[in-house]
Amino acid sequence: MRYLPLTDTDREDMLERIGASSIDDLFVDVPEVARLDGPIRDLPMHAGEMAVERHMKGLAAKNLAAENTPFFLGAGAYRHHIPASVDTVISRGEFLTAYTPYQPEIAQGTLQMLFEFQTQVARLYGCAVANASLYDGSTACWEAVAMATRVTKRKRAVLSGALHPHYAQVVKTMAQFTGDEIADSAPAIQPEADLAGLTARIDDETACVVVQYPDILGRPSDLTQIAEAAHEKGALLVVVNTEPVALGAMKSPGEMGADIVVGEGQALGVGLQFGGPYLGLFAVRNPKHVRQMPGRLCGETVDAEGKRGFVLTLSTREQHIRREKATSNICTNSGLCALAFTTHMTLLGEKGLRQLAAENHRLACVAADRLEKVPGVSLLNTSFFNEFTLMLDGKPAREIVRDLADRGVLGGVSLGRLYPGVEALDHALLVAITETTTEEDIETLASELEAILSLEPAQ
Amino acid sequence: MNAPNKSGWKPQMNNALEVAEASGEIVTTTGNRALMLEEPLIFEFGHAETTGVDLPEIDASAPNRMGGFDRAEPIGLVGLTEPETVRHYTRLSRQNYGIDLGFFPLGSCTMKHNPRLNEKMARLPGFADIHPLAPQNSVQGALEVIYQLADWLKTLTGMPSVAMSPKAGAHGELCGILAIRAAHTAAGNPREVVLVPESAHGTNPATAAFAGYKVEDIPATAEGRVDVEALKARLGPDVAAVMITNPNTCGLFEKDFRTIADAVHEVGGYVYCDGANFNAIVGRVRPGDLGVDAMHINLHKTFSTPHGGGGPGSGPVVFSDALAPFAPLPFVRQYEDGAYEIVEEEAREVTRGQTFGRMTAFHGQMGMFTRALTYMLSHGADGLKQVAEDAVLNANYILRSLEDILHAPFADSGPCMHEALFGDKDFGGGLSTLDLAKGLIDEGYHPMTVYFPLVVHGAMLVEPTETESKASIDQFITAFRHVTERALAGDEALKQAPYFAPRRRLDETAAARKPKLAWEDPEA
Repeated sequence: MRYLPLTDTDREDMLERIGASSIDDLFVDVPEVARLDGPIRDLPMHAGEMAVERHMKGLAAKNLAAENTPFFLGAGAYRHHIPASVDTVISRGEFLTAYTPYQPEIAQGTLQMLFEFQTQVARLYGCAVANASLYDGSTACWEAVAMATRVTKRKRAVLSGALHPHYAQVVKTMAQFTGDEIADSAPAIQPEADLAGLTARIDDETACVVVQYPDILGRPSDLTQIAEAAHEKGALLVVVNTEPVALGAMKSPGEMGADIVVGEGQALGVGLQFGGPYLGLFAVRNPKHVRQMPGRLCGETVDAEGKRGFVLTLSTREQHIRREKATSNICTNSGLCALAFTTHMTLLGEKGLRQLAAENHRLACVAADRLEKVPGVSLLNTSFFNEFTLMLDGKPAREIVRDLADRGVLGGVSLGRLYPGVEALDHALLVAITETTTEEDIETLASELEAILSLEPAQ
Repeated sequence: MNAPNKSGWKPQMNNALEVAEASGEIVTTTGNRALMLEEPLIFEFGHAETTGVDLPEIDASAPNRMGGFDRAEPIGLVGLTEPETVRHYTRLSRQNYGIDLGFFPLGSCTMKHNPRLNEKMARLPGFADIHPLAPQNSVQGALEVIYQLADWLKTLTGMPSVAMSPKAGAHGELCGILAIRAAHTAAGNPREVVLVPESAHGTNPATAAFAGYKVEDIPATAEGRVDVEALKARLGPDVAAVMITNPNTCGLFEKDFRTIADAVHEVGGYVYCDGANFNAIVGRVRPGDLGVDAMHINLHKTFSTPHGGGGPGSGPVVFSDALAPFAPLPFVRQYEDGAYEIVEEEAREVTRGQTFGRMTAFHGQMGMFTRALTYMLSHGADGLKQVAEDAVLNANYILRSLEDILHAPFADSGPCMHEALFGDKDFGGGLSTLDLAKGLIDEGYHPMTVYFPLVVHGAMLVEPTETESKASIDQFITAFRHVTERALAGDEALKQAPYFAPRRRLDETAAARKPKLAWEDPEA
């Protein structure tokens, strides 16, 4: 077998050194009831590279790749162009096949990269300190709520109705077990987010308010107002961002008063990958909150010769030291995705990120103008970055999305899929535009949408 | 030498150059030593106006519909061109130790070779370039990957059900414990206590505590296994579950696992098995035959997906029939006509009943699923059995080749499984396990896991995996013996090791006392 270097002679020699007569001698402690008489049944035997490749390619061919079609999906996962050198960097074996940097003298590559990553994320979010990443945006969102309850010693979290529903579900799932109280609601279909409604739900028991920016319908809103309302009641403002490219053009949550900023970093460098692995970003505005943060932190120090170096630090917060008293049970982070993000970010720089953001917004404006002209389609948002909500006449958007796919167009995410059972959202379609979208793609979506909507009478 | 940038960064920090010169070392003006190259932070040589991508210039007169939330202040980022970027990260990579470079016997982490076919398959556009919320009729192949991998995991573990979405091992543990709590709650009482052996991974007690349980230690016997009598004596109606790692972190198979499981079930508790060490038994023993109710599987350990310098991982959880109804959403099902569906919603006729909810956005670590499935298909049932056997053989070979010189606390407890455990007894001159580990770095190895498990003083946990040749292991044994002899003899020089790594020992105390967690412009 191509991955197993031992030869049969090696095996015999080694058994002899050990003093065992056969490999079975080494498994004597397995109880009789669990011993098998050969390879596990009902599974295929080993196969060569070519055969495996054929099998996997067959499965891949059953999927419609975004690169092969006009593509408009977002809702927390965005398709951006990834520069070729990103894959070169993350494919280097010294990064790919390294472990968590427990031996810093021989892990400076990962550690320095993480230090740079933390700095980039903190600056992007307008925060003081970012950690070395978490699993993804949704789990980072829950960790932010958990941290807010530790900081404020309160147990009630108020979720904006326009927070990504998967994120809200993760928070609610976790809170069932911690006894935290989660107040949430479905998003109201209106051009602007309901800030007054949200701030009215904050009271003296509230640990934090969780708001997405731009929100699940693509609407940006004035975080300053919510921050003031939260701080007045002694609560923290947690801001969730699922599209980091937006922050290349828009005010950062930190500068508008967010206390904890979390998000999904997938949009930069990571790729769609059917939902994972992604990259949880986590930052705090107030450096005093650092010791309540979850996850790994990389810090600067010096070595015995006085040279600058980096280490994982403040690990007394973590499970391998604190065990049941840790701030989180997290062990792994999302190191290689952090490397992809930071490499992409380094290639972009201040200038490139601003240009990228501008190009996304420019094309989104073109798309909004064009799609709004399709009979039976109206644009919900008064403002947006690169994603907006369309209201469609006729049958539910979920069915229209399937019809579009049958015509080779991946036309967006139906809110009906994200909010099953919420009738008001059945006719809403979330459309995302990035620099990878061409004006021809926009035209194709418009004409196919028009064709589908004209097939049946408007309701 | 001129500073390369405004921050005044120099390759050697502080007074390192002067110190080296004074001690008579040969000093280079760059601080580089041939192939060992120093590298500044991007913030010290990049510029706000430099970029490695070619995008259209910003048209200030273009429409703006961002609602007045335009960024007014600079972000504070710097950019590099592509050649600078590639060189920066290539230089950083060379300060890292990876499996591709050498032997990486990090106990409990299963640092086996990461096959490159896995990488190639994960990058196929049909897997890499599909959106998690794409209409399901356009991603049938992706759903089939999840379904096939689920089938492999169920068959290999002999368990009827699996939740695929957990993002890593600790997330999988959480999944298992939440299902257990949900099951108890549905039966009317969540119970109060989870029993965890002292030798467990730190994630076990952290997870149980998160789920609202009081954590109690189970003592170990002198031979390094769970004390069955003590455990039985503690069992009662307040015990929700036991969390046991098998093979355990002392490197031993818990031979009474079935007895323990039966006793736990008798009082209505559940058995959580930490599957971190599944590599020792994959293809040879099915945890389902041992009475397990839930077990996470680290695809990044047993099934060769890369560790990536600390993730991403993937931690699917297999469940017994008793816990299956409480598993999280989403899951993939197959219709009679062969079509696949990912079931994301609670309130549907196909939902399995009493799911505890959603643990993450979307569907889990798809990029790891394609890699793991590729690996399983490569090995097959016969190859995976050989994986376990070779991993166990290599570990026993190391144990028996070192036990004469190094304290092996459980050497008489029977064969070890896929890792060999040693302690620091009899080291001279105040030397410790840490010193030995740093000495191994100079010999060209990544050290084993140190100071874990906590039940052995100065623990050293060596996990060779099955992907090392005998020659590689023999050379490691020679090096390990040499450094051990130095430790036993109290060789003072070990206290300063490593000497030849990109950095000497780093001051972790200083790092924690005044944390510097982001770069700050010294001129700002």
